[in-house]
Amino acid sequence: MTLNVKCPECDGEIEIPSDVISGEIVSCPDCGMDYEVVLTEDGGIELKPAEIEGEDWGE
Amino acid sequence: MKEISLVYDRIRWEEKALIKAARNENVDLKLVDSKGVYIDTLKEPSKLKVDFGEVVIQRCISYFRGLHITATLESKGLYVINPFDVSLVCGNKLFTTLALVKAGVPVPKTLIAFTDEGAFKALKELGYPAVMKPVVGSWGRLVALVKDDDSARALIESRKETRNALLQIYYFQEYVERPPRDIRILTIGDEVVAASYRYSPSGDWRTNVARGGVSKPCPLTEEVRETALKASEAVGGGVLAVDCMESPYGLLVHEVNSTVEFRGLYSATGVDIARRIISYAVEVARR
Repeated sequence: MTLNVKCPECDGEIEIPSDVISGEIVSCPDCGMDYEVVLTEDGGIELKPAEIEGEDWGE
Repeated sequence: MKEISLVYDRIRWEEKALIKAARNENVDLKLVDSKGVYIDTLKEPSKLKVDFGEVVIQRCISYFRGLHITATLESKGLYVINPFDVSLVCGNKLFTTLALVKAGVPVPKTLIAFTDEGAFKALKELGYPAVMKPVVGSWGRLVALVKDDDSARALIESRKETRNALLQIYYFQEYVERPPRDIRILTIGDEVVAASYRYSPSGDWRTNVARGGVSKPCPLTEEVRETALKASEAVGGGVLAVDCMESPYGLLVHEVNSTVEFRGLYSATGVDIARRIISYAVEVARR
């Protein structure tokens, strides 16, 4: 089961897997924009632009 | 049992694997997105424990964010995996090298300089080719192979222009004659869990999986085990990935990672690393 959400940037269709975890990154297949999935308290799904890679990112 | 949390800022493959492993082991793992939290430093530890539990698996992709969260939680008596001192040392390549040298773990010849002037002198002593790395950074980012004076000048000048304080610290290592691979060894506590070879992708000499490096299983020989445990102990222990190279004189450790990415290692060895990390957290929580 997946859910489709509209890309805030280009209006493309982004597929969200049903077992998505808040904080996961999804990409718009049309424009390539990366979003972080935010699960709201009322069970809704919001997308916010993903953080851009910082110079201290890694392992 | 004390409550366990996972503190993150991005859900990578590894965080998903940890969440799944906790579910399979019937461990109630609290998920805390660090991007949305603030912590009052005067807050009673008992209030912090409501959100974070008492044992925290700190998995932030941003090193400084994770380090500061670890410092805060640890000062309130929470146990963080990995502890602050370990994260501090492992997050800085010079601090790691110093800890390894002190413990007698073999490392590549490493020189450190603090200005461009010192950097040129260090390179003169080390000779070419040399490897230049930022002291803080991961995934092979800005790791450069310096082949001659001209490329050295270009690299050092461009670092100077960035006005980034950390990039004014010059960390150089000898280029070790090695097969086109390095070895990653995962240690948890005093156990060696798995090891993989990481082969550099075509067109790059770096072996980082984040750069397209490919993982293959590596046998846990006595030398591999011993090197990994010594290196892990040298930086303070915990859940760690020890990276080393096969030099003509034996294994040389060049890095120890404290927020381990283990997707490549898992795909190469099939070892359920996520489950092992959760079990370790449970063991800590039972103490």
